[in-house]
Amino acid sequence: MIATESLSKRFPRVTALDRLSVDVGPGVTGLVGANGAGKSTLIKILLGLSPASEGRAEVLGLDVATKGADIRERVGYMPEHDCLPPDVSATEFVVHMARMSGLPPTAARERTADTLRHVGLYEERYRPIGGYSTGMKQRVKLAQALVHDPQLVFLDEPTNGLDPVGRDEMLGLIRRIHTDFGISVLVTSHLLGELERTCDHVVVVDGGKLLRSSSTTDFTQTTTTLAIEVTDTDEHPDGTRAVRDALDARGVTVQDGSGLPGAGHVLLLTAAGEETYDLVRDVIADLGLGLVRMEQRRHHISEVFTDSDAARKEAVGHGS
Amino acid sequence: MAAEQPTATVAPGDQTRIHNIGYRSYDGPRLGRAYARRSLYSQSLRGAYGLGRSAKSKVLPMLLFVVMCLPAGIMVAVAVATKANDLPVDYTRYAIVLQAVISLYVAAQAPQSVSRDLRFRTVPLYFSRPIETSDYVRAKYASLASALFILTAAPLLVLYVGALLAKLDFADQTKGFAQGLVSVALLSLLFAGLGLVVASVTPRRGFGIAAVIAVLTITYGAVSTLQAIADVQGSSGAVAWIGLFSPITLIDGVQSAFLGATSAFPGGVGPSNGEGAVYALVTLGLIAGAYGLLMRRYKKVGL
Repeated sequence: MIATESLSKRFPRVTALDRLSVDVGPGVTGLVGANGAGKSTLIKILLGLSPASEGRAEVLGLDVATKGADIRERVGYMPEHDCLPPDVSATEFVVHMARMSGLPPTAARERTADTLRHVGLYEERYRPIGGYSTGMKQRVKLAQALVHDPQLVFLDEPTNGLDPVGRDEMLGLIRRIHTDFGISVLVTSHLLGELERTCDHVVVVDGGKLLRSSSTTDFTQTTTTLAIEVTDTDEHPDGTRAVRDALDARGVTVQDGSGLPGAGHVLLLTAAGEETYDLVRDVIADLGLGLVRMEQRRHHISEVFTDSDAARKEAVGHGS
Repeated sequence: MAAEQPTATVAPGDQTRIHNIGYRSYDGPRLGRAYARRSLYSQSLRGAYGLGRSAKSKVLPMLLFVVMCLPAGIMVAVAVATKANDLPVDYTRYAIVLQAVISLYVAAQAPQSVSRDLRFRTVPLYFSRPIETSDYVRAKYASLASALFILTAAPLLVLYVGALLAKLDFADQTKGFAQGLVSVALLSLLFAGLGLVVASVTPRRGFGIAAVIAVLTITYGAVSTLQAIADVQGSSGAVAWIGLFSPITLIDGVQSAFLGATSAFPGGVGPSNGEGAVYALVTLGLIAGAYGLLMRRYKKVGL
């Protein structure tokens, strides 16, 4: 989808990108980096809007230096900043943007209705954008990037300014852009945890340089760790302890979930496979306790990111 | 959010079905840059009269349009009723007389056309699509110039039709009408260019309106005052040169030199042919310069 080769961008005082070589395949790819790491500069170059100082880049097999217009016809772009006029409705705005992408009037209307529905805007799409919540505005911004059915979209910080629920919805939507719509995504964020759940592949840049590029499963792969939380009953005033003892008796090593929210009530254990889940279920059922949660705990990219090698060794070595 | 998989729900005893057909990809035509530019042009032109926008934004442009045409209607009515031999005002003179209305229109619509995109930072959305800076600038320039042409040519059309109804001399009237159209076309290009340049550097709409009014009317006030002083002092040569410094006197100069108009300059003497050539050059230079400045401005905006 995207390939760059020792791509550099230098401004008079700053080097925004420093010999960046990266390959991005189809799917959802996260571009992670602190503010000023060169993410937005990279997107600008990939859209063919800003010439690279050196090196080359291809998007969808088209050279960004010479085929900018062709690329822009086939990709969508959602900027980080506000970009919506408050006095028009979402429908009018997205229709206009669809036509700017070259869609004939009728197609522009149909695609707008479809796209707004897919991003989750219904009746409110006829109201002026000025009255929308931040979450709704983000959806309109996303819709205008998708309305011409691109092969690839660049989403620049799509979760910016959203509350946790809005963030989750947006991330789910981004996931669906690939799984349901078949459109590949390059999404930037400075929050690593978000991308872990959403992306197939993560590219980490820092100071314009490539820190790491690998699939999300590489980042977080280790044996699965399960986190379990149970209720207490009159019979077992300390349910957590009871489960722990019962599991110990069956030969399963259980650790305290220290350092996690609700520490002391959370148990961590290593899942060997399907049977571990069944075992946990049976043990808890036998004890007559309620299972509050049982979830997979994965390692966060941030562990890898902050101190990539050490964290990885530790992760592989201990599986914790 | 729409369900992911195709489903059909049937309410009991109801024939209504809701089909959720999931995501449909688009494989129809993509019409490219030229189409996008035309779409932007027509959208901006309609927008300049508030069409496709809120009812509130239709009020001012429509009102100004009526104000522009009303005097023409009255003149025609008078000419027809009194069986006059000539229209009370020349075609070329009409826009000069009603210049305040035209300035007001430019001041209101130029910021509407470009400041909104800058202020709400919609511009990057355009440039992340196939259209380029030049397409955007041309579409915006052409749309405002066309809107102004409609505003200034419509009353001339009223006058012309009225003149024919009043059975005034056909050849004479047609010639005057044609000269008037050339003049207002030039005026439209010039005013649109100046208005857009000023508006494009003032993202706040209020400032834009004030700045455009300042450029168009204060220069006229200053120039006509200086011309009057020069005229009183008997230096009629200076009158013509001073006229170069405001848009409306520029148009006046060009049309009195080349389009057979009588000048509104003090003393009623327009520039001579030589001076008129300078007027024409300055006018064309300003139009080209405005285009160049707009291009430079939008090269910088980018993403």
